[in-house]
Amino acid sequence: MAISNTASVEGVIRRSLTGKRRDVRGRVFEAGLIIALLLSMMFLGVLLTEVFTGSLPVWRERTLLNFLTSQLSANPEVAGIRQALAGSAILMVFTAVIAFPLGVSAAIYLEEYARDNRFSRIVNANIRNLAGVPSIVYGLLGLALFVKLLKFLTGPEVEGRSVISGGLTLGLLVLPIVIITTSEAIRAVPGSIREGALGVGATKWQTIRHHVLPVAAPGILTGTILSLGRAFGEAAPLLLVGGITTFFQSGDATLLEQLRGRFSALPVLVFSWARLPQDGFRALTAALIVIMLLLLLLINAAAIVLRNRFEKEL
Amino acid sequence: MTTDTAEGLEVDLRRSSGGRPMVEIASRQVEGLSAPDNPILIEVRGLRVFYGSFEAVTGVNLAIRQNEITALIGPSGCGKSTVLRCFNRMNDLIESARVEGTVEYHGVDLYGPSVDPVEVRRRIGMVFQKPNPFPKPIYDNIAFGPKVAGFKGNMDDLVEESLRRAALWDEVKGKLTESAYALSGGQQQRLCIARAIATSPDVVLMDEPCSALDPIATLKIEELMLDLKKDYTIIIVTHNMQQAARMSDRTAFFSVDVSEQGRTGYLVEFGRTPDIFTRPQKAETEGYITGRFG
Amino acid sequence: MAVDQISPSGFLQVLAGSPRRQRREALIRRFFWTASATSILISLAIVLSLVGEAWTFITNIDLSSLWEIGWFPRRGLFDIRTIIVGTLLVAVIAMLVAAPLGLGAAMYLSEYARPHVRKVLKPVLEVLAGIPSVVLGFFALSFITPDLLKPIFGNNIAGFNMLAAGIGVGILTVPLVASVTEDSLRAVPSSLREASYGLGASRMRTSIRVVFPAAISGVVASLIIAFSRAVGETMVVAIAAGSTGGSLFSMNVLEPGQTMTAAMAALAIGSDRVRGDDFAFQSLFFVGLVLFLMTLSLNVASERFVRRVRQKY
Repeated sequence: MAISNTASVEGVIRRSLTGKRRDVRGRVFEAGLIIALLLSMMFLGVLLTEVFTGSLPVWRERTLLNFLTSQLSANPEVAGIRQALAGSAILMVFTAVIAFPLGVSAAIYLEEYARDNRFSRIVNANIRNLAGVPSIVYGLLGLALFVKLLKFLTGPEVEGRSVISGGLTLGLLVLPIVIITTSEAIRAVPGSIREGALGVGATKWQTIRHHVLPVAAPGILTGTILSLGRAFGEAAPLLLVGGITTFFQSGDATLLEQLRGRFSALPVLVFSWARLPQDGFRALTAALIVIMLLLLLLINAAAIVLRNRFEKEL
Repeated sequence: MTTDTAEGLEVDLRRSSGGRPMVEIASRQVEGLSAPDNPILIEVRGLRVFYGSFEAVTGVNLAIRQNEITALIGPSGCGKSTVLRCFNRMNDLIESARVEGTVEYHGVDLYGPSVDPVEVRRRIGMVFQKPNPFPKPIYDNIAFGPKVAGFKGNMDDLVEESLRRAALWDEVKGKLTESAYALSGGQQQRLCIARAIATSPDVVLMDEPCSALDPIATLKIEELMLDLKKDYTIIIVTHNMQQAARMSDRTAFFSVDVSEQGRTGYLVEFGRTPDIFTRPQKAETEGYITGRFG
Repeated sequence: MAVDQISPSGFLQVLAGSPRRQRREALIRRFFWTASATSILISLAIVLSLVGEAWTFITNIDLSSLWEIGWFPRRGLFDIRTIIVGTLLVAVIAMLVAAPLGLGAAMYLSEYARPHVRKVLKPVLEVLAGIPSVVLGFFALSFITPDLLKPIFGNNIAGFNMLAAGIGVGILTVPLVASVTEDSLRAVPSSLREASYGLGASRMRTSIRVVFPAAISGVVASLIIAFSRAVGETMVVAIAAGSTGGSLFSMNVLEPGQTMTAAMAALAIGSDRVRGDDFAFQSLFFVGLVLFLMTLSLNVASERFVRRVRQKY
């Protein structure tokens, strides 16, 4: 059978290669994906806008300073976030004190010393599981453990529910994250550096201290700061170990008294204020959230800046 | 420490499938020369290296002599780097690695029960294939080894002397506080050599030190090695036969047995470099040297 | 650099090293070991404290009260079905939001977006991941319900309701789904894509028929992780779904409701006299134990899927 006209074959081929094929299904699919992406970001945008505009009345009627330094009150016109700010700050300090040394040390063991045996595999799996435990369960742990243990330290009316318990609980909450991020930072140190150090007769610890840790330091710090940011936004565990949701007037207490008594924190305050029916509190909550998000932004920015600084020094 | 060289060397060679008797290289090679041999510094007997249950290197017998350059050559995968790392206990770093046999250094088996690898590595230094200076200033790179070894003398002098000895001083003397990473590849490798000799070792192990460098840098380091030979004993692994022929006093030729479990390296022949290259005893050696394989 | 002139036995002593240094190294190693063992202690502590109080609860209450009309712990009514159903409702709603958005966003970023577009958009998603849950709770209560849901449902929907809470949790979880899914999509070797394009397949066909199935383990893992996260989420529900005293059994998401987590929070803040003789305190731990076991099984399941991804490539 003779081949059909070469010109027509050519024509078919040319058309299929250069023709504008309306791939409708493909375009619709791609549009769908873009919508998914944009919707996600739109939620973020709407949230930020809502929060920001909702907070405007507060900035207009009261100054920022006034808002930051006023004490908690049932009256939305004078209520401020002073105790919550102080509470959050103290909590961050305690969290860092618990999670950083313990977490970095554990990671050093797992990455530098541990052999690949049953124990290390169990520990690693365990840490991954701990990272996935809901934060409120850590609150239960804090309630059962720290609140009971610290009853003697705090006043009798409070029964151990103090900012110390809160800090310890948050510290345990972020501990797995610190361990995981530190492990990654240590693993990223090239093995050739370790070989070089061991090759000139350094001991294991000398190698870790003088060579591995300095190189891993930016990553470790970044990871720790980011986990502090996570702790900064947590409310659930604090509710269980003593974060207050009612009002109190002890704003002028000394530091020691503050450490021993009921405490507030920014996210816990959001929880309290958000559910109050008075109109005034809506704007207040929005303003509180604005402050919280700004502080969170600062924390994350600090992490990035620190990491860049260190990496430059190398 | 000297051993009686008239005893000669017995080198254990590969097990042959035909059940033929072992062939040894006799010390008559050695007797052919008029100059007395340097004393033996490290004696390796029956060295075998296992990764898990798999034997990666088998039956190595060698004698490393003082102030000589001993070259380990052979096709890739024959275990020469593995053997090299036995000299300074670097194989300890691999979890599944296990060593049998003895490596006697000043009469003490390096794999004996009470030997501390840290002390071994202070006396037997290493330069690696890819230059690996520390991400620190040049000065700190050199000073680290002596510092952790408890050196209490004048560190500045020690750093300068090490850099001079490694033929690097003139190039870096004005920038000791700069990062080692700013140096070129060849300079970094000379820095690593300076770092290795800063702890005053007897022996310097070199694992293909020039393979990552350009020819000019390679030349500089080869000249350096000939100079260093006066004060140190050098064991070098190289896949560059001409380099071994040019530089070394003695050469050990390794080959590899490929089975379904993996590759097992073994020592084929060991002797003075001129002999190995001009009148090799084993056909395999001759095959490799003349380029028929590997 | 001359050779030592000492005898073998003298040299053996030299090579034996400094016992003091060796002791110090061993001590340091033990110190770090202890730190890592602490993590196991923490797990044990969690389990023990949960089980301890939960046991007290179970053995002391009238077991029939577990099947009552609703969850009113202070009145001795511990219908755990109510809050479990509440949890599942909220979690399912959350997944209905998070899965399409997260998977869609991930697929776009991985298969369609140009590198510089990706560089800009990915951090935006990560910002969303950093928003504290209390903020989402406020957003759900003060925006989603009045401005989004009330126009749709009119008076059928209460101010506090589970639907808004579910949507809030969903938004919270989108970045998680997106990032894990995107990682698995990108882990698919480009040789697979190239083979598909080389055969003339369109991008959509390649993405759906080739890349996605290859990454399916990772996708499933991301969904399980997200579901687990939604189950464990507290504050969004506590703020937006109401019910601090307790709740009747209900499947109506337009009404207030409680999840296990919100019930626990409600118990804790209810009054200072949490430890009365009404076993409300112990019920807190009982619910916590159930929650812990649920999320643990979900997390272990997701790990299995992650391992499958790693094995493949």
